[in-house]
Amino acid sequence: MKTLANLFKNNIREYGMLIALIAIMIFFQVATKGTLLKPVNITNLILQNSYIVIMALGMLLVIVAGHIDLSVGSIVGFIGAVAAVLMVRYNLNFALTILISLLIGALIGAWQGFWISNIKIPSFIATLASMLIFRGLTLALLAGESVGPFPVAFQKLSSGFIPDFFGETSIHITTLVIGAILSVVLVFIDIRARKNQENYHFDVLPLPFFIAKNVAISGAIMGLCYLMASYKGLPNVLVLLFILIAIYTFVTSQTVIGRRIYAMGGNEKAASLSGVNTKRLLFNTFVNMGVLSALAGMVFAARLNVATPKAGNSFELDVIAAVFIGGASASGGIGTVIGAVIGAFIMGVMNNGMSILGVGIDWQQAIKGGVLLLAVFFDVYNKRKG
Amino acid sequence: MSDNILEMRNITKTFPGVKALDNVNFTVKRGEIHALVGENGAGKSTLMKVLSGVHPHGTYEGDIFFNGQKCQFKDISQSEKIGLVIIHQELALVPFLSIAENIFLGNERQKMGIISWFDTTEQTNALLKKVGLHEPPSTKVSDLGVGKQQLVEIAKALAKEVKLLILDEPTASLNENDSQALLELLLQLKQQGITSILISHKLSEISRVADSITILRDGATIETLDCLEDQISEDRIIRGMVGRELTNRFPPRVSNIGETILEVKDWTAYHPIYDGRKVCDQINISVRKGEVVGISGLMGSGRTELAMSIFGHSYGRHITGTVYKDGQEIDVSTIDKAITNGIAYATEDRKTYGLVLIDNIKDNITLSNLEEISDKMVINEPRELTVTNEYREKLSIKCSSILQKTVNLSGGNQQKVVLSKWLFANPDILFLDEPTRGIDVGAKYEIYTIINQLASEGKGIILISSELPEILGVCDRIYVMSEGKIVGEMLAKDASQESIMKCIMTQQEVIK
Repeated sequence: MKTLANLFKNNIREYGMLIALIAIMIFFQVATKGTLLKPVNITNLILQNSYIVIMALGMLLVIVAGHIDLSVGSIVGFIGAVAAVLMVRYNLNFALTILISLLIGALIGAWQGFWISNIKIPSFIATLASMLIFRGLTLALLAGESVGPFPVAFQKLSSGFIPDFFGETSIHITTLVIGAILSVVLVFIDIRARKNQENYHFDVLPLPFFIAKNVAISGAIMGLCYLMASYKGLPNVLVLLFILIAIYTFVTSQTVIGRRIYAMGGNEKAASLSGVNTKRLLFNTFVNMGVLSALAGMVFAARLNVATPKAGNSFELDVIAAVFIGGASASGGIGTVIGAVIGAFIMGVMNNGMSILGVGIDWQQAIKGGVLLLAVFFDVYNKRKG
Repeated sequence: MSDNILEMRNITKTFPGVKALDNVNFTVKRGEIHALVGENGAGKSTLMKVLSGVHPHGTYEGDIFFNGQKCQFKDISQSEKIGLVIIHQELALVPFLSIAENIFLGNERQKMGIISWFDTTEQTNALLKKVGLHEPPSTKVSDLGVGKQQLVEIAKALAKEVKLLILDEPTASLNENDSQALLELLLQLKQQGITSILISHKLSEISRVADSITILRDGATIETLDCLEDQISEDRIIRGMVGRELTNRFPPRVSNIGETILEVKDWTAYHPIYDGRKVCDQINISVRKGEVVGISGLMGSGRTELAMSIFGHSYGRHITGTVYKDGQEIDVSTIDKAITNGIAYATEDRKTYGLVLIDNIKDNITLSNLEEISDKMVINEPRELTVTNEYREKLSIKCSSILQKTVNLSGGNQQKVVLSKWLFANPDILFLDEPTRGIDVGAKYEIYTIINQLASEGKGIILISSELPEILGVCDRIYVMSEGKIVGEMLAKDASQESIMKCIMTQQEVIK
């Protein structure tokens, strides 16, 4: 039986970032005199960061595969423009618009994948080129103007909330029910994993800590849902996020494809000589990134209710920073979905908190840069010690 | 001044959880070639790292005396300053710089930061002459073979006015000729008064050049043998290393050879970059069930290229020829197809091509056959754990758990993980490319036992090896390759080291 300290040390990256997120939240909660966790603000915070989280999921896979994608910000702008033109200029139905936009995202991803995976141009250069290309195309498409507003149904993508099936009460009951179901499912999954580990005599968390951990997680989910419920309930986009996070966590940790992406990022040659079709896998990783960027582009456009030529500017930096803060390795093969999501929220909470405090955009940038450096330093330092 | 150039007294070095060195005493006499031997993990490299300052003073206990002076190195530059140079197994040259730039890297011939190219070139020429390398100083290191790169490393050490030269497995990646040349050079340097410490697994080399031998085992000095007074046999050294009598270096095996399982006909492959250069030229080979076939030949003779081109065309271009399995033609145009058709290839360089080092043992073992442990592309974790634990026991992989990262395993255990991976893919034909390179005598024996086991299960094994005793000791039949061609074929019982070398040298077909 290993000591708790040892267990903590082995998982220091995961717990460390979570603790950092909580610490940052407590700090801003106090500094903003309780504004941070007000229902309306927490809802806003999630809406503001949803597109970063969506892209971080794809970026995590790209970075784990040992690559990088600098073009996601431009694709956000481009897809927003495409959707706007389709709906506003051509009066296309919103559902069809979403479908076409996602398809274009996939094509853009395929374009990247072609240059990177087939022609073997370093991803840094190929996506840098795309970043310029799609920013330019966005300007051309919008002719330098803003295009909007969008049909209400499309706006709901970002600004809508799920309906309350339990009638109109002061509190959104459906939200609480969903939160409860989610908590139960998570606890159930964790118990099953623990049993599995015990069967194979691996070290597991001591039971009191295991219980405490699950109580804390369930508590956090219920607390969040309660806050949401006392405002307008769960935003549509948060439901989307939950589903996406669940899918990507599952894919990365439980499936053959996920395992192969990690192996490819860890040692491309060894993976390839073990029968992994690394070329196709890398291509698909970029297609996936393209689709998620397109989705993020629409969520962002829907939120602003207008497509602008500057939409998505420098989003790629926030996304990449989120993934690295979340513990991914720049040389590939290491990183988790949950880490990337936590990373995205660390950035988001800091943005939001500093804005409430009235910190100027200049200092916000500088402080965020410092946090990124600190997080990666923490990684390097741990690795050297271990 | 004492007669000993180096004395290391009571060196103890502890890593978290492990005592890597335990009161080690190591004394080297001036002007000798002193061999340091021991199994993998015995502490040789750690001892040399303590000596050269990689592990700085204060992180270990004990004293180091160099030329009678007590030394407390904080880093490598301090140890190099007094003439103590270590050449690592993995060469530390910058591939895109020239020979001259590499030799004087960090030690530039300069005046106020401006390099004097005249001095650099002139001195490089002198140094290259000393080590017997006939290349212009402006040649890029990446254009040199491993053997020549090794010479550049030695020239670099000479440029630093080396007094004690430490070579860590210098011949591990060299072919027979280059190894001989390197050993000759060591003897020459000895004449010029340079003392060397030679770490090697190749006992034949040690018997040839060493004046004394220190044996380490489990982090402790076992004994120091003086080769000048007594003739030391290889068996004597092995006994010291493993702590027991290893009566036979190769496990006995009973061959039970069946039908032909794999046949390769008219196999030709071209170099991936240089147009028109054939790396495999009209090759015909076959393997039968339960047979271990050796492919012998110098480095660069096309052995690895042959295996890799058959294994899913993973090397070379414009590949032509046909592969038959059990008499049926099979498609090996991609690695996936080759694996599906029952072919496996365990690579030569396990760290670069064989393992995902940052991943754990479990993930590495199942990588080539994830479908087997998955239901509809979802990994069944309990089944994966069961399977990998089976291999861990079957091949006795020494590890804390199968969740241990492979980067932390010793060479022998890493090789067992690579073998497990391919056994799990359940192939009928296995190509093993230098499976015992850089691993110790005990682990080699275990690998040979696994090979025998596989053959007795009716698999066809193709063993590529540079070590002739290994080829002779393990195989049933031997092909000899040279310059991309098969230049000889013989039954192991009729073959000898001489006959194989003769085959390579004369490039003539030796009649069976």
